Amino acid sequence: MSAAVLPSPRAAAALVRAGFRRYASYRAATLAGAVTNTFFGVVKLSILFAAADAAGGAVAGYDRAALSTYTWVAQGMIAVVVLFGGAELAERVRTGDVVIDLGRPVHPVAVWLAEDLGRAGQACLVRFFGPLAFGGLVFGLSVPRQPATVPLFVVSAVLAVVVSFSCRLLVNLVAFWLLDVRGVLSVYMVASNVLSGLIVPIAFFPGWLQGLARATPFPALVQVPVDIAVERVTGTDALLALAGQAAWAVGLLAAAVWTLHRGTRRLVVQGG
Amino acid sequence: MIVELDGLSRHFVVRRPTGRFRREKRVVRAVDGISFTVAAGECVGYIGANGAGKSTTIKMLTGILVPTSGRVRVTGLEPVRQRRELARRIGVVFGQRSQLWWDLPLAESFRLLAAIHRLEPAVARARLDRCVDLLDLAAFLDTPVRQLSLGQRMRGEVTAALLHAPRLLLLDEPTVGLDIVSKEALRAFLTEERRVAGTTILLTTHDLSDIERLSDRVVVVDSGRVVHTGGLAGLAAAAGVDRVLVVDLAEPAPPLEGVPGTRFLSAEAGGLRQHLALTGSAAAAVAAVSARVELRDLTIAEPDIESVVRRLYHRAAATRPAGS
Repeated sequence: MSAAVLPSPRAAAALVRAGFRRYASYRAATLAGAVTNTFFGVVKLSILFAAADAAGGAVAGYDRAALSTYTWVAQGMIAVVVLFGGAELAERVRTGDVVIDLGRPVHPVAVWLAEDLGRAGQACLVRFFGPLAFGGLVFGLSVPRQPATVPLFVVSAVLAVVVSFSCRLLVNLVAFWLLDVRGVLSVYMVASNVLSGLIVPIAFFPGWLQGLARATPFPALVQVPVDIAVERVTGTDALLALAGQAAWAVGLLAAAVWTLHRGTRRLVVQGG
Repeated sequence: MIVELDGLSRHFVVRRPTGRFRREKRVVRAVDGISFTVAAGECVGYIGANGAGKSTTIKMLTGILVPTSGRVRVTGLEPVRQRRELARRIGVVFGQRSQLWWDLPLAESFRLLAAIHRLEPAVARARLDRCVDLLDLAAFLDTPVRQLSLGQRMRGEVTAALLHAPRLLLLDEPTVGLDIVSKEALRAFLTEERRVAGTTILLTTHDLSDIERLSDRVVVVDSGRVVHTGGLAGLAAAAGVDRVLVVDLAEPAPPLEGVPGTRFLSAEAGGLRQHLALTGSAAAAVAAVSARVELRDLTIAEPDIESVVRRLYHRAAATRPAGS
């Protein structure tokens, strides 16, 4: 990608804002989502507390405070990194509307990424801070002991959004080959929910499954930012974890750009 | 030349199951060796029936679709290789798709497009103000695009396509689904845009009046091939397809032969309803008819593009040497 095909800083900022405002117009859906994520957070945390109590106060190094923080940060991340996936772009490929995105003077991946960052920012407001505030008030959270924890978490969360964007983009781009991506999307949903550490922390998994999960980009979506938030990973380890996320982000973005290029070469625009 | 096509073709391979396991491969020649040019400032109508290859051609002109063979140049650029550079020089309106941001107010789409095209805010402002004025957009600038009527949205689409002052405007069925008033408003605006900015226009349409109102010249395609190019003066006449005046009379009358500007075609119901082919102005013909008999009702049947294209195609086929 040469500089000329990237949006100018002004255009990038406008696109981020547009992504933010687009999702801000669906207030009822946002609220319903936050309530659902909070409800399941209560269920999940009750089970995790029971497990911790049975194990004598902590499981796999997570005590009650860490489990609470893990649960509420993870529940908050669901919407920010769209763990349940979406087929918006695949739909644009299926209907042929993708010609509009391809006909702009800037690279479509840059436009989509900017809009997705805006979407994630909007998701933070209610979908992230909502469950987190509820959890803090009702169950209490572990308070960070190190000043670096919050900025490290923010960087990690942004990288998580970029990794998530690239994964979802790749899944959606399959639509250039298979017009119906629902099958691929379900596989992605199951894999991302389990292997990201959303259901239970990856440290709870048997050794072989931990190994498998760490070979995928999914822990970069939830487990890595959460472990930074609960200060399981700190200092140099935290920086290494961010580097790992960044590597996935760059690699997957490049793969998505390449896949889009291949896809457009064989494009048959649907619907005339 | 703003647009140059030389032997442009696009073939699609369609696979069709013919038995339980067997699939038949069939090559569809959507565009099959099309050549024509459009000079700066011209407005060319690109017409043909459904499936004639119009949209496929437009997509190759924008660089979105890779040609199978042939050469294409748009504003001097090679569309597929220089697609994004070209996007700064052309504006495109697909009548059945939207380039606006669906969930956001219309004005927001214009701000985004101005930023994407790196327009100076003052320049963008001036161009937008002109469109808002001429296309009457002010009332719904703050309405989310998904809530606009089709007519309002199309006016928004045309503005979006013209914001960056493109040299070439590609319009793919811009009036499809619009009511008469919206169609007229759009045509008047496009005429004005050509006069003021000298924008070159290539337009596909199913509506013969779009062509008559807007274009200097037509290229007619059928089955992926050019069957007619030329001025549109008497396009319908050239094809031997007439506008037909149908008159319902108060009382049965003998055939209305010899009415100036018409040719008698047929009569029904013992002369109560008569069909006259119009060779001149409809108004003069109606006046001449009503001078002779008492009119109860009348309609004018415009030739549709399909019949014009079909006639032109058959004529081209008849004059083509055998075996070519």
